[in-house]
Amino acid sequence: MKGRVTGEVTGTVTGTVPAAQTGGVTATAKAKGTGTVARHPFAVVAAVVVALLLVVPTLVVVPISFTGKASFVFPPDSWSLRWYGNLFSDSRWTSALRRSLWIALLSSVLATTVGTAASVGLTRWRRRRWAAAARALLLVPVFVPAIVLAIGIYTVFGSLGLLGTVTGFVLAHASLGVPFVVISVTAVLQSFDVQLERAAESLGAGRWAVFRQITLPLILPGVLAGALFAFVASFDEILVSLFIKSPFLETFPIRVYQSVDNDTDPTVAAASTLVLVVTTLVILVAVRISTLRTRRLGT
Amino acid sequence: MATTQDVGADRRAGPPAPAAPRARRSRFDALLLIPALLLILGVVGYPFVVSVIDSFVKVEGRQHAYAWITANPVYLRIIGRTFLTSVVAVVLCVLLAYPYAYVMVLAGRRIRLVLTVAVLVPFWVSGLVRTFAWVILLQSGGPVDRLLPFLGRDGLLHTQTAVLVGLVQVLLPFMILPLYNSMQSIDRRLLQAAESLGARQTVAFFRVVVPLSAPGAGAGALLVFVTSLGIYVLAQILGSPATSMIGSVVYTQTSQLNNTGRAAALSLSMLAGAVVLIGAAYLLFRLVPGARRAG
Repeated sequence: MKGRVTGEVTGTVTGTVPAAQTGGVTATAKAKGTGTVARHPFAVVAAVVVALLLVVPTLVVVPISFTGKASFVFPPDSWSLRWYGNLFSDSRWTSALRRSLWIALLSSVLATTVGTAASVGLTRWRRRRWAAAARALLLVPVFVPAIVLAIGIYTVFGSLGLLGTVTGFVLAHASLGVPFVVISVTAVLQSFDVQLERAAESLGAGRWAVFRQITLPLILPGVLAGALFAFVASFDEILVSLFIKSPFLETFPIRVYQSVDNDTDPTVAAASTLVLVVTTLVILVAVRISTLRTRRLGT
Repeated sequence: MATTQDVGADRRAGPPAPAAPRARRSRFDALLLIPALLLILGVVGYPFVVSVIDSFVKVEGRQHAYAWITANPVYLRIIGRTFLTSVVAVVLCVLLAYPYAYVMVLAGRRIRLVLTVAVLVPFWVSGLVRTFAWVILLQSGGPVDRLLPFLGRDGLLHTQTAVLVGLVQVLLPFMILPLYNSMQSIDRRLLQAAESLGARQTVAFFRVVVPLSAPGAGAGALLVFVTSLGIYVLAQILGSPATSMIGSVVYTQTSQLNNTGRAAALSLSMLAGAVVLIGAAYLLFRLVPGARRAG
């Protein structure tokens, strides 16, 4: 039961949903005519309302980012592009943005490297109990409230002089990104045919050659999706970042937060719109990659 | 996994592979875990142990941290409020997620894709951005205030309701995704069977779908609950000092007063409470006969 619960969580945190949805269509149900949506009007209405609740409120930041006045009045009565001008000329915003992209890139690379190696190890390790324990340990960052982790990280980084350093941010963000990589890479590894590796080995390929030429190309969609998720996880991270920041090193979300908290400057709406657009694009790419995977392996 | 490997070994032509390289390979595979484990143990595990020790050992303001908590009922009240808010958020998420996930499962391919994207994009779009959107919507004189002026005299921003609305909207995808995953694996013929035996749709839903999707709902509830307990930024932006949750106290104690012992003690008390509550929920769930059979 407990195992099932964690399975449900880990299966869905990354791109497993779109993967599943392209594969199995409701063939049996359709043929028998049972359980179609039309028979559940209440559920349909509720689902539409929930879908609107999920998507629509956030879109309000877009018109505000084009407002002509220095206020959050909605709907705006005049329009301008000056908040975007602000966003890309004010050095507080630009340097925070550049730094966040850099930290997200580095921590995504680190999380993807160690996470992929660990996933290969996890699926191959013969002692299944130990492997299960190791997997649980690697997923801990998802299951413990971030605030609990943040205090410890603050204390330890403080004593190591890592507060307000890029190294500190990369280490913290990478460890928060590892679970996403492990989940998405172990998912592809499960449908991976070990015989292919054996064949390559029997033809004389060394370990590294087998990994480079056989394993990696086949699990690449999972690795890339994991890397994107780790990137977004870092680029978005705010709580731990608030604890380990310094006045000299702030990330983009910290800038957004301080701006929302302190002033009514629509530049933050422009920044939010930017984040909205970029994240949506990245996620659509990640979803596309993971559906490509099922199409190639599944059918 | 093991069986396919064995079959493969038997089928292989020539002399059977000696046992030694295999064992070595397995050990090598385990070595691949070391960098990731070092990272997690170093950045998450070791600091956690340090905060546990700090919470018991550190003396701040001539007081041990746990003594300080018990001497100040205000903090116990804040812990209580944090739990209550999180539980309400979980309940609301369950109520909203069930119809959504159910329609996702039943819908045709195209509608399902739309519904999937509608839940995946918010799942990954910054919670901070979505929180900020609620500031615009709920502010005094904002759209919600104008449409539903009776809800609050000065807009809903900085109220408990605002915190809950934001929490539910931000965390809902965490509930929908696991729920959908587990509903999707339910054998549709069970529903047909129930209906052919005379159960009405609603009955079939509550007696078949709900128990069989309980593991997914449990997983989602766990994620929503745990995330909600540790929330800081959202409560800070949408709430007020009167609605403050544990995160605010922990942040103030840590980065403004440098009382890491107290901060650790507060967050660990909350974690301990969460573990007890989750354990109780789990036991309760096992005691419900229908649910146990399903799980």
